[in-house]
Amino acid sequence: MAIDKVFDVAGSALTAQSQRLNVVASNLANADSATGPDGQAYRARQVMFSTLPLEGDAAGVRVTGVVEDPSPMRRVYEPQHPLADKDGFLTLPNVNVVEEMVNMISASRAYQNNVETMNTAKTLLLKTLTLGQ
Amino acid sequence: MVNRLDELLRFHATALGLRGERQQLLASNIANADTPDYKARDIDFARALKAALDAPSAPAGQTGIPAGAQPQVLYRTVQQPSADGNTVDLDVERAQFAQNALRYEANLTFLNGQIKTLLAAIQG
Repeated sequence: MAIDKVFDVAGSALTAQSQRLNVVASNLANADSATGPDGQAYRARQVMFSTLPLEGDAAGVRVTGVVEDPSPMRRVYEPQHPLADKDGFLTLPNVNVVEEMVNMISASRAYQNNVETMNTAKTLLLKTLTLGQ
Repeated sequence: MVNRLDELLRFHATALGLRGERQQLLASNIANADTPDYKARDIDFARALKAALDAPSAPAGQTGIPAGAQPQVLYRTVQQPSADGNTVDLDVERAQFAQNALRYEANLTFLNGQIKTLLAAIQG
């Protein structure tokens, strides 16, 4: 029996992709958060995927970590802002909204693909169960 | 007698097992479409089926792919590898996945036909 492992493979991918979608949502929500609980502006986050070896030759996906984007923060001249520094510049998150939207679409498509994979496997297994009837 | 029944169903049972293995590999490829450095994998179905059928048949009562003839997993040659080292081409994988599912169902239909024939012979 190999087809039942499709559920483990696609299931792990669903978990990973939904975590990616969560991170995208968090980045988009905080695209303009000038300060966070630590007093610093929000830094964009990205998930890291790696292969999760399963029994046999099957390979799932897992999220090995969420890393902060090291690119420079956005700085705008806004001297009237209470959080502006002595030169009048305000530090804003380094979230690239266009990139995040692309990431979101990619994650949602990958999620849909895996749901379809699971549905096909389910249909095949149900048909196998009726063998000889 | 039981052996002859096994022999009759062996071809389609083995093919069905291999189709299942391949379905699992293709699902792994689709799941890892965004994993850096993942290399898409597949089996050469015709060769794997021949190897499984040529292998000494499993002891009575045991069906499916013989232990010594597990399919050899190969890496797919790819037209456009990504910059992150991933070689999954989603269009190819989805097409192969759909085709493999269809052939799995075809195999089931053939097996069902054989079983119906046998039942007709038994019941008269």
